[in-house]
Amino acid sequence: MDMVKIKDLAFEYIRRDEEGNVESINRAIDGVNLDVKKGDFIAVLGANGSGKSTLAKHINAILYPTEGTVWVSGLKTSDEENIWEIRESAGMVFQNPDNQIIATVVEEDVGFGPENLGVPTEEIWQRVEDSLRAVDMLEYRSHSPNKLSGGQKQRIAIAGIMAMKPQCIVLDEPTAMLDPDGRKDVISTVHKLNQQDNITVILITHHMDEVIDADKVFVMEKGQVVMEGTPREIFSKVDELKRYRLDVPQVTELAYELRKKGLDIPEGILSVEELVQALDKIRG
Amino acid sequence: MIRDITIGQYYPVDSILHHLDPRVKLNGTLLFIISIFLFDTFYGYIAVTLFLLSIIKMSKVPFKFIVKGLKAIIIILLFTVFFNLFLTRGDILVQVGFLKISKQGLHSALFMGLRLIFLILGSSLMTFTTTPNQLTDGLEKLLWPLSYIKVPVHEIAMMMSIALRFIPILLEETDKIMKAQMARGADFESGGIIKRAKGLIPLLVPLFVSAFRRANDLAMAMEARCYRGGKGRTKMKPLHYKGRDGLAYVFLLVYFALVIVISIFENRLPTLL
Repeated sequence: MDMVKIKDLAFEYIRRDEEGNVESINRAIDGVNLDVKKGDFIAVLGANGSGKSTLAKHINAILYPTEGTVWVSGLKTSDEENIWEIRESAGMVFQNPDNQIIATVVEEDVGFGPENLGVPTEEIWQRVEDSLRAVDMLEYRSHSPNKLSGGQKQRIAIAGIMAMKPQCIVLDEPTAMLDPDGRKDVISTVHKLNQQDNITVILITHHMDEVIDADKVFVMEKGQVVMEGTPREIFSKVDELKRYRLDVPQVTELAYELRKKGLDIPEGILSVEELVQALDKIRG
Repeated sequence: MIRDITIGQYYPVDSILHHLDPRVKLNGTLLFIISIFLFDTFYGYIAVTLFLLSIIKMSKVPFKFIVKGLKAIIIILLFTVFFNLFLTRGDILVQVGFLKISKQGLHSALFMGLRLIFLILGSSLMTFTTTPNQLTDGLEKLLWPLSYIKVPVHEIAMMMSIALRFIPILLEETDKIMKAQMARGADFESGGIIKRAKGLIPLLVPLFVSAFRRANDLAMAMEARCYRGGKGRTKMKPLHYKGRDGLAYVFLLVYFALVIVISIFENRLPTLL
């Protein structure tokens, strides 16, 4: 069974004036189809305003489709009675680390989700400990979140989701407000959860270097999925990516330019090592 | 400067006071506040001061840190002292122009000033030693009977705890906006009251906008984590009274009884002032 299945999804933001007349309709998502298998690491790329965050909010049943259907673990998000079960199985991490931490002590914040689910007290403690350990933040359990760095806060937010034992985590630009170190920490934490706990990950981002290790990449533009494939397939189309206002990782771009100039380098180079190898081969 | 305000913050150290049940501390604070208004002589203050000093000692919160909290009320304090000092009628001690200081004025200025200080110290000691979550848990449990008359106790408690969590964040933000506006030539320090109040508009508007945005984000994050009000919720740290809480209640009651005894007999003792 698919973890997440999206069929012909469309969503419109409708702006109304004071009398309730429709002022303008903004079609943020326009006919998206997407299947995510259990245990996959999926990345959704897109420039600002491409509809990627709106898409993420559908998976957590924060927004409901205007047209089309979204299933999460086989449950339709448009059915009111499903929403809590959906939110339990598909957790969501947001962009701003400050605005999603509810409690003033790290462990209490991680316990917030299980508390809402009605988990018995002893089990909450167990889950809090396990999830803090999973994101490597156990030593900070009694700290105040205000004193932590952005990357640490974001890992706390991930632990807060993990404590709800979801099958899937949706991360909506979790690194947009972080420094490079924090970004690295968060992304490697997410990968670890994906590999060790077999958590399905849907990572929404506009940082290209974060999607290199994903199983599958979707590129969105104007509410539609315009490219999909493995990172290598996606990154071999540098021109197309640039058309969608996306940057490619530096190595990939360098390899691409060298290839254009006639060097015999394979398409879709993703890492420095790969490029070095390819260049070594040419040198003989 | 704005970050110096320490009222309402939690000070994480390991002490007996930190481990007490929040209900004890809430009830204790209430008793303490009542107690400082029960007497009119200095004998009472001796008891209050001793009590306060001993619990400050027990809390392991540095004294300097606690006193910092008084900065926030310095204006109110000065006002209180000023009005009591000059506007109380009685036997005149000193007279400078139309300003008269009477014996009674001096007395009540001192007392009101001290009461305010004790009030702030006592209640901030509670917040230093109690995490906002514990505090609201305690309040929720203490006020629970009200939910039978349809008071949304859980919701109120949740609102309070979120407000407390966002105090430092919004303060930081105020600081940031202030600096940003100052860098563009805004002036918050000079001019009369009206000019200064007007100067605050470019500070308040962005602050409110961002507060609403944060509130919106937070509500979404809470819903995403399955928050749906108090129904069916369990607690990570449920409240149970322990032996030390009973001892603390005994200690409190002894103190309170002492203050009552002092307030009854204080007039028979020789006056200190």
